[in-house]
Amino acid sequence: MKKLINSPDTVLDDTLAGLAAAHPELAVDRAARVVRRAGGPRPGKVALISGGGSGHEPLHTGFVGTGMLDAACPGEVFTSPVPDQVLAALAATDGGAGAVLVVKNYTGDVLNFALAAELAAEQGVEVHTVLVDDDVAVEDSTYTAGRRGTGATLVVEKTAGALAERGATAAEVAAVGARANAASRSFAIALTAATVPAAGRPGFDLPEDQIEVGVGIHGEPGRRREPLRPARELAAEVVGTILADHTLIPGDQVIALLGGLGATPLHELYLVYGEVAALLAERGLTVARRLVGNYVTSLDMAGFSLTLTKADPELLELWDAPVATPALHWS
Amino acid sequence: MPYAMDHDLAEAWLRAAAAAVEQREEELTALDGAIGDGDHGSNLRRGFTAVTELLDGLEPGLPPGTLLTRAGSTLISKVGGAAGPLYGSALRAAGSALPEPTADLTDLAAGLRAGLSQVCKLGGAQVGDKTMVDAFEPAVAALERAAFDGFTLREASALAAEAAEAGARSTVPLVARKGRASYLGPRSAGHQDPGATSTALLFAALARVAG
Repeated sequence: MKKLINSPDTVLDDTLAGLAAAHPELAVDRAARVVRRAGGPRPGKVALISGGGSGHEPLHTGFVGTGMLDAACPGEVFTSPVPDQVLAALAATDGGAGAVLVVKNYTGDVLNFALAAELAAEQGVEVHTVLVDDDVAVEDSTYTAGRRGTGATLVVEKTAGALAERGATAAEVAAVGARANAASRSFAIALTAATVPAAGRPGFDLPEDQIEVGVGIHGEPGRRREPLRPARELAAEVVGTILADHTLIPGDQVIALLGGLGATPLHELYLVYGEVAALLAERGLTVARRLVGNYVTSLDMAGFSLTLTKADPELLELWDAPVATPALHWS
Repeated sequence: MPYAMDHDLAEAWLRAAAAAVEQREEELTALDGAIGDGDHGSNLRRGFTAVTELLDGLEPGLPPGTLLTRAGSTLISKVGGAAGPLYGSALRAAGSALPEPTADLTDLAAGLRAGLSQVCKLGGAQVGDKTMVDAFEPAVAALERAAFDGFTLREASALAAEAAEAGARSTVPLVARKGRASYLGPRSAGHQDPGATSTALLFAALARVAG
């Protein structure tokens, strides 16, 4: 393992120290492990809170700011936060209008956020939860923990965040988040495994000429292993898999997120996006908005993930609303 | 009915569990690396290190149930992932079910049955899903049988440890249906479940300090 760290035990704390130094617009509570907007909660505004294991940067801490999250709870690398963190985030962002938690569908995240929501509800805080489960690589939820939450998390946080900024109720914010999730599908291909600092070696051994098809974002292997093929064929596989599961028809508009998993150069991501854009055009789909870059990553895993969200006028308007966070900003 | 658990034994169990987790951290992480995301050992070590610190600061003579409950809360606060809430809630439920000031073997079996029920409720897993339940269920069943048959705690906990170990080994050929390994489908077969393995560790720790 060759990493820019001081010690595997202090990775999270050291990262938070750096985040605080780099972004004075964020308030970083290293003891409580909560990252929130600097300045107090806005009275009457719903708090939008997310979190999950570290290692997926900029998710979630990079999406804290105006028009998106009020706070993020980063857990240890690839490990969900603990309920105490979520409770601290709820307390630090309480504007009196309740809160919406954006939770990716992993057993650990679901359990820890659920425990926190239960405790907060006992204290009289109105807490709604939006579960993100967009990964079509998980085929049969009867025999699994259900689809994983991956790239759609960004779409949910952006649209729900925009609505929260306008003063909507917690129920309305949660509803739009759930709608954005339901309209989204994702699929990812990895060229290399991720190395968790505490483990010290790659999460799985992948020969030079092999790829993992259908990976999540925690360094776990995908649903099958295949030989590496040209980017055009990989793009076709990803687009085909998503569209086979989606309700998109020719003439529909989509928001497309072509995300790197952490170790793939932007030049390769653009190359893949070119293939994806052409394939979508062939299918009669219009890419109304797009993002290409590292947004929902998996440490140093190489590869890419595609998220397609079926767009409607409301989702597009919320997508276009101003946002000012470290990793996503437009006006 | 033979005496089973008081403050000293509960404390000894938790300390033995912490030592076992520390000693076998790498093995747990390696098992998790094969079918999960490779942090089970380091997460549990972090949690049980905090449990040891908790024990160092506790006033003496607390009922065993209180010790288990506080240790459970500590695991929930420190571990994260699925293991934190599952082990933490199991210990909390078991601790709440134990009578004061001491628990006999029947009480202990009933307490751990309550802990197991909490795990099944939270995680939605049953025997055969390739999770900690595959070790937890046979261990509790062994304790219950031993209590019924009038065995001593030493005998009962040895039987429970053996049953948990066999249960953990039984997960090797299974296809995971819960937790992160479930995403691998058939590829999860051929690996021992890390959660079942750590559960077997905890029962082995009990057997070591019992009697």
